[in-house]
Amino acid sequence: MGTIAVHILNALLYSSVLFLIAGGLSLIYGVMRIVNLAHGNIYAIGAFVTAWAIGLAVAADWPNAVMFVLLPVGAFAAAAVGAVIEVTFLRPIYKRPGDEYQLLMTFGLLMILEDLIRLIWGPNPLTATSIYATLGSLSIADARYPTYNVLIIIIGAVAALFLWAFIYRTKFGVLLRATSQDKRMASALGINVNRIYVQAFTLGCFMAGLGGAIVVPSQSAVLGMGVDALVLSFIVVVIGGLGSLEGALAGALIVGVVRETGITLFPEIELAVLYLIAAVVLLVRPAGIFGRA
Amino acid sequence: MATPTTVTTGAAPVGGHSILRMLAWIVPIAVLLVIAPWVIDPFQTLTLTYGLVAAIGALGFNLLLGYTGLLSFGHSAFFGGGAYTVAFMVKYFKIASMELFLAGSMLSSAIVSLLFGFVCVRYTRIFFGILTLALSQVLWSLAFKFFWVTGGTDGLRVPTPSLLGMAPSSDKMEFLAHNYYYYVLAIFAIAVVLMWVIVHSPFGKALQAIRDNETRAEFIGIRIRRYRLIAFIISGIFTGVAGALWAPLNGLASPDVLVWTFSGEIVFMTVLGGFRNFVGPIVGAIAFTYLKTYAVGFTVYWQLLLGVVLVALVLALPNGIMGAVEQVIAKMKRPGPSSRDGALT
Repeated sequence: MGTIAVHILNALLYSSVLFLIAGGLSLIYGVMRIVNLAHGNIYAIGAFVTAWAIGLAVAADWPNAVMFVLLPVGAFAAAAVGAVIEVTFLRPIYKRPGDEYQLLMTFGLLMILEDLIRLIWGPNPLTATSIYATLGSLSIADARYPTYNVLIIIIGAVAALFLWAFIYRTKFGVLLRATSQDKRMASALGINVNRIYVQAFTLGCFMAGLGGAIVVPSQSAVLGMGVDALVLSFIVVVIGGLGSLEGALAGALIVGVVRETGITLFPEIELAVLYLIAAVVLLVRPAGIFGRA
Repeated sequence: MATPTTVTTGAAPVGGHSILRMLAWIVPIAVLLVIAPWVIDPFQTLTLTYGLVAAIGALGFNLLLGYTGLLSFGHSAFFGGGAYTVAFMVKYFKIASMELFLAGSMLSSAIVSLLFGFVCVRYTRIFFGILTLALSQVLWSLAFKFFWVTGGTDGLRVPTPSLLGMAPSSDKMEFLAHNYYYYVLAIFAIAVVLMWVIVHSPFGKALQAIRDNETRAEFIGIRIRRYRLIAFIISGIFTGVAGALWAPLNGLASPDVLVWTFSGEIVFMTVLGGFRNFVGPIVGAIAFTYLKTYAVGFTVYWQLLLGVVLVALVLALPNGIMGAVEQVIAKMKRPGPSSRDGALT
């Protein structure tokens, strides 16, 4: 009983972090029609900044409560990086026909960010385990589960809820959806599309950064984590439907469950099974489960 | 917008005059490539060999990007697949003949590209890119996880092969910088000629029609999906051959060439040379190989350096080196403010 509960919690843990990353990716695509290959690195920036901030707090011997306040620092840093990227590097290429240049540009940014992270924080992993250790663990029937992981799941769920409310219940959400459906029409109606773009990109990066920030106390920030996360979130958006947040949620849940079962039952082909699921979904429903063709 | 210069995808009719003009370019370059190993030191020759190998792969890649209008982010699957095919043939069948390696890798990359292509050619644009990326990662994850078969992150050793039945000489450097160089050069020449014939054949013209206007191409009776699939397979085989040639040169088939970021490097070199031009990928592959070799030697942050080059390229020189060269030539021919070739077609 306890082990099953732990497995379910682990699956939810994966899903909530994946949802934050893939949801950001999907949001950016949905509004701007840009697939951001550097998105994984934005997630990594969130992780590294938070780990770095908490490391400083630990060194200064600050109380544990401060560290919870420092947790979202990574997300804000990621959002700031995103805002700079959109304005300086992406804006000049929107008018180019074809998708080649946006993929190349974001691939170039991937290479730059990957090495910048190494330049700033060095090649060694950064850890922020103090928060993780402070919270201890819960006992579920006969098993124990880290309390911090439950916190991640809750943050993921709350973020999904907030995002939904933000997009479907606020004025900004209306503008965002209008721009996403028809950019020229939105522009003709007086919406400042450039502003919506920078806001959407920043919001997407904030989500990825939040994913990195909340994950880092439970696992260390390592080089290459961004590229791995990017590929997983591609599977999520391909299954769920690129550009759809419901799809990102469904895809993240599917990938989370498959990964957790895969790691226990078929560790060798766990990733291959995920890609196969993505391929089958594409053959049956080309636009993904929630995608519009 | 069509550029006034006619070189773009070889759309201009090839008359006697332009053949002469082409020969005026090709002959000196061929002579330079043939005498190169006697003039430059072995290290330079090796780098050049890497460049020629990459050029074969980029040439295959550009059949999709430049001529069919499909941007694949999964060509590492074919390059790495070719390299691993060679390593498997060495490890499990004790084969040492380069000709058999080439045949084996052509077969394996044809199979892989048929499977991938079957799924991928249903999509275009960004979906095609993501799908090729995801599928290529299947191969990478398998190579990574089945380490008892593939050597995992260590990869598999590939010894120097026999060329045309002749056993390799004992001096490995000497062998790679001379015999192997000429072998690669010969295959490179064959690949260039083959690709030239393909893109100027009715088949190649049909691909360009699909690229330019899918609906019209369908109206005149071109079976779009089948043509795309065939282009995908040809492209995969070229890149697979490049991977097979790369393996003995590198001495090791490792997962670095299977991971999707390596696909990004193939895209990078093609765009660096210019993908709207037949020789663009060749120039780009050789330039990229030198750039990367020196960047890696110069700093541990070579990725940063290459990333900056790529971003600058996209912003300032979207048509690549050959695009810039064409622009300069066009300006020299027609002086005056009217030349606006920098605009994207």
